[in-house]
Amino acid sequence: MTSKAPDILAFREDFPILKRSVYNKPLVYFDNAATTQKPQVVIDRIVKYYAEENANIHRGVHYLSQHSTMAFENVREQVRLFLNANHAHEIIFTRGTTESINLIASSFASKHLLAGDEILITQMEHHSNIVPWQLACEAKKATLKYIPFNEPGELELSLLDKLLTPRVKLLALTHLSNALGTINPVKEIIAKAHQKGIPVLIDGAQAVAHIKVDVQELDCDFYCFSGHKIYGPMGIGVLYGKEKWLNDLPPYQGGGEMIKTVSLEKGTTYNDLPFKFEAGTPNVSDVLGLETALNYIQNIGLEHIAAWENKLLTYASTKLQGINGLQVIGRAKHKSSVLSFIVEGIHPYDIGTLLDKMGIAVRTGHHCAQPVMDRYGISGTVRASFSFYNTKEEIDVFCEALKKAIEMLK
Amino acid sequence: MTIEHIEQQIIEEFEQFDDWMERYNYIIELGKNLPLINAEYKTEKYLISGCQSQVWLHAAYEDGKVIYKADSDAIITKGIVALLIRVLSGQTPDAILNTPLAFVDKIGLKEHLSPTRSNGLLSMIKQMKLYAMAFKAKYK
Repeated sequence: MTSKAPDILAFREDFPILKRSVYNKPLVYFDNAATTQKPQVVIDRIVKYYAEENANIHRGVHYLSQHSTMAFENVREQVRLFLNANHAHEIIFTRGTTESINLIASSFASKHLLAGDEILITQMEHHSNIVPWQLACEAKKATLKYIPFNEPGELELSLLDKLLTPRVKLLALTHLSNALGTINPVKEIIAKAHQKGIPVLIDGAQAVAHIKVDVQELDCDFYCFSGHKIYGPMGIGVLYGKEKWLNDLPPYQGGGEMIKTVSLEKGTTYNDLPFKFEAGTPNVSDVLGLETALNYIQNIGLEHIAAWENKLLTYASTKLQGINGLQVIGRAKHKSSVLSFIVEGIHPYDIGTLLDKMGIAVRTGHHCAQPVMDRYGISGTVRASFSFYNTKEEIDVFCEALKKAIEMLK
Repeated sequence: MTIEHIEQQIIEEFEQFDDWMERYNYIIELGKNLPLINAEYKTEKYLISGCQSQVWLHAAYEDGKVIYKADSDAIITKGIVALLIRVLSGQTPDAILNTPLAFVDKIGLKEHLSPTRSNGLLSMIKQMKLYAMAFKAKYK
């Protein structure tokens, strides 16, 4: 679906927080890879839920409960459409990408991982896609291996065949690196893993706000993302899993909603999908907020969003080239609007601290991807990450502030 | 000089600065001038790990006073380390244990001691006080 490019910056007006200032300077928000800001419609949706609709869902016979249940289950269908999943019951609501990955790591390992088996990840994963697998491997005496990446920040896919040994039980990798901006060719990687019968989990936390995702086209077995990185609320996330896998795997947490019958004598039988994986009262308000956020960005069009963000990335990359001693970390051919860099002889923390004083929000440090920093032999980077609501003028302000900070620190 | 005296001096020094840039320029200069800790102490054993910047701290006990030396890999952290050392080094364990370090707030650097900042400073102060406590117990 292509449509005429909208006036993308007009949408900036929808974000109340972007009008505020910090330290008496207009806020320049370049920490979008950590979390995106929320348009007013998302904020309003959450308020409306608590003001007019709040009730516990699924079991109530009363009006509000039925209304909320329908609204909630309708979002499952909206998320199905968003990811182009086959069935709505392949969509599980979680607290976020981290919980989605933990769910699979735990349930998959308990049933399918044996001593001597391997889990394959990559060297560019966020800690959230490393530690759950380390825990699983430790519990089962399995081994965690990884696909390395090269200097520009692209996976060494020539090694993939060799690394996909008969012992590998699952491959988990990121669609888009939060530290480098690299967009991985996941479709080809998934196809290769499938040739050997290995299921694949994709960490889509960074990707969904920038790339149109079609889980059937990708043919991934699991896909995870968080609401708050796609202009939705914090504390809500999605796990997509192929029906056959979700039926196969044991429950993750026990509690209400996920059961069919509970007997102290005869044990418990579990509910069908998707409820088997949704123990306890779900986060209804944020599910509704997520729906509004997904509608909001689909209304703008992900292709228009990506086009503008790429312009911002190119503009910023070119401007930064002129700064002495600055080195961009992550120069993959296919990358998203993440600009990670170091400046020779200056600690990222110092740069971040001074930029903050000038009203500019960037992230500094290892970005929860310490193996990436180890790969380059650095302790961290400064990371500016752009969203469609950012402007070239903001990049100008950022570059001037960065030059000033470097001047002070040299 | 007592801790309060030194704190007062620092507060007065910072009062001459009109804006944040002058304050930070001063801190950066302090960071550059802080005598580096001996290389033998810049090891894992003396490392106070922050998620963002790292601090190395060494403490010795001389004539009833605690002598601190420290370093950091980030210059702003190092400048604040220099201020903390100026205030606490050469003081008695009791004085170190009892000070609330009120000057940090008064010179507008409180945010650097926030737990979310993860620059190692909060842990460093905790470690400085632990050293004071240990010396007090050992040499009482």
